[in-house]
Amino acid sequence: MKINKNIAISETGFIFNPSNGDSFSTNPVGMEIISLLKDGKTKEEIILELTQKFQIDASTMEKDLGDFFLMLQNFQLLNE
Amino acid sequence: MIMERKKITVAVSGLNNIDSPGPGIPVIRALKESSQFDVRIIGLSYDNLEPGLYMHELVDKSYSIPLPSSGTSSLMERLTYIHTMENLDVIIPNFDAELHSFIKLAPTLKSEKGIETFLPTQEQFESRHKSVLYDFGLKNEVKVPFSKMIFSAQEINALKNEFTYPLVIKGKFYDASIAATPEQAMNYFYKISAKWGLPIIVQEFVSGNEVNVTALGDGKGNCIGAVPMRKLYITDKGKAWAGISLADENLIEITNRVISNSKWKGGCELEFIKSKDGEYYLLEMNPRFPAWVYLAVGCGQNHPESLVKMALGEEVKPFETYEIGKLFIRYSFDQIVDLKNFEKISTLGEL
Repeated sequence: MKINKNIAISETGFIFNPSNGDSFSTNPVGMEIISLLKDGKTKEEIILELTQKFQIDASTMEKDLGDFFLMLQNFQLLNE
Repeated sequence: MIMERKKITVAVSGLNNIDSPGPGIPVIRALKESSQFDVRIIGLSYDNLEPGLYMHELVDKSYSIPLPSSGTSSLMERLTYIHTMENLDVIIPNFDAELHSFIKLAPTLKSEKGIETFLPTQEQFESRHKSVLYDFGLKNEVKVPFSKMIFSAQEINALKNEFTYPLVIKGKFYDASIAATPEQAMNYFYKISAKWGLPIIVQEFVSGNEVNVTALGDGKGNCIGAVPMRKLYITDKGKAWAGISLADENLIEITNRVISNSKWKGGCELEFIKSKDGEYYLLEMNPRFPAWVYLAVGCGQNHPESLVKMALGEEVKPFETYEIGKLFIRYSFDQIVDLKNFEKISTLGEL
């Protein structure tokens, strides 16, 4: 999973895709996930990092992350 | 160092800053912001209610001009009078329908009056007409949805041999509707041909995102500037009420290729569909600046200023960058106009 290289994310969670003009807002958790993706982390590494940081078990995290990735793909922000 | 700006007088048409706006006012705003020219603007109008006539902070003086249907000699006569009064340096016509007349008059305007224009040749102008756009695409190495002209509703039944539904039914100059069935195609054929005449253009439907480019060619094969934009808010007339500049190298490359191959001279707008598999299809090429050309100025490329420079014989280097993610958002504004002013333009043809 790779976040599209041109995607710009501001400190407020505003996401801008300059290749098609789409813009979105995300919450702090979403920002953190996108930032981890930008750093080249794998899905497993993200799950590990977030389960250590938040009170959430790995299977719930995996499911939620899967949903979030699907949303990012639908919005053309993420490549397989 | 403070550089004194050169005083010039430029006549501009397309003052209809309405819900389906002409490019005149955005072009004038761009020229008023020129770093090189101190521009006196002469508005050319076809209708006494064109809002630009009353925008005195942008338009210094206005004159009515005859409709294109009146022929080129009456236009020449009127332009001669306006030139006597205003000593015009450059004319920028902004309506598709008037371009034919101005292209025809351009050599005379230059040789007899010293008025410059910067327009495509008649051949270039004709080559991008909707009815021949498919051939234009083949010639200029850009994909264009397959299309053909039809002259009667009886031809619709046979379309199934060459097209699959849905398909697009287009007027010769304006209007386009997506027909999902032959019955709908028939309906749109009558509706659009009643308004714009024949032929009707039938075009393959390509689904995807619409992206447009405002561009400027120097007539020698160089693309002086190009800014791509996606519409963010579209009016019921299909016009962009808001849009954003995009980073799209492919689109810039295609635009450069079209301008270069066709040796396009002047401003233009290229309308594309980007299909889901990332292919670009040229839907239309408008032979003048679009009404959203001021976005290019906002992004750092003043296309109207560059056009004037080239019209005056100056050398212009192509722009290399523009700002990405700049938005334009239109607004409507009620001007309060004294009856005296309306009376003046209505009776004297000048304001």
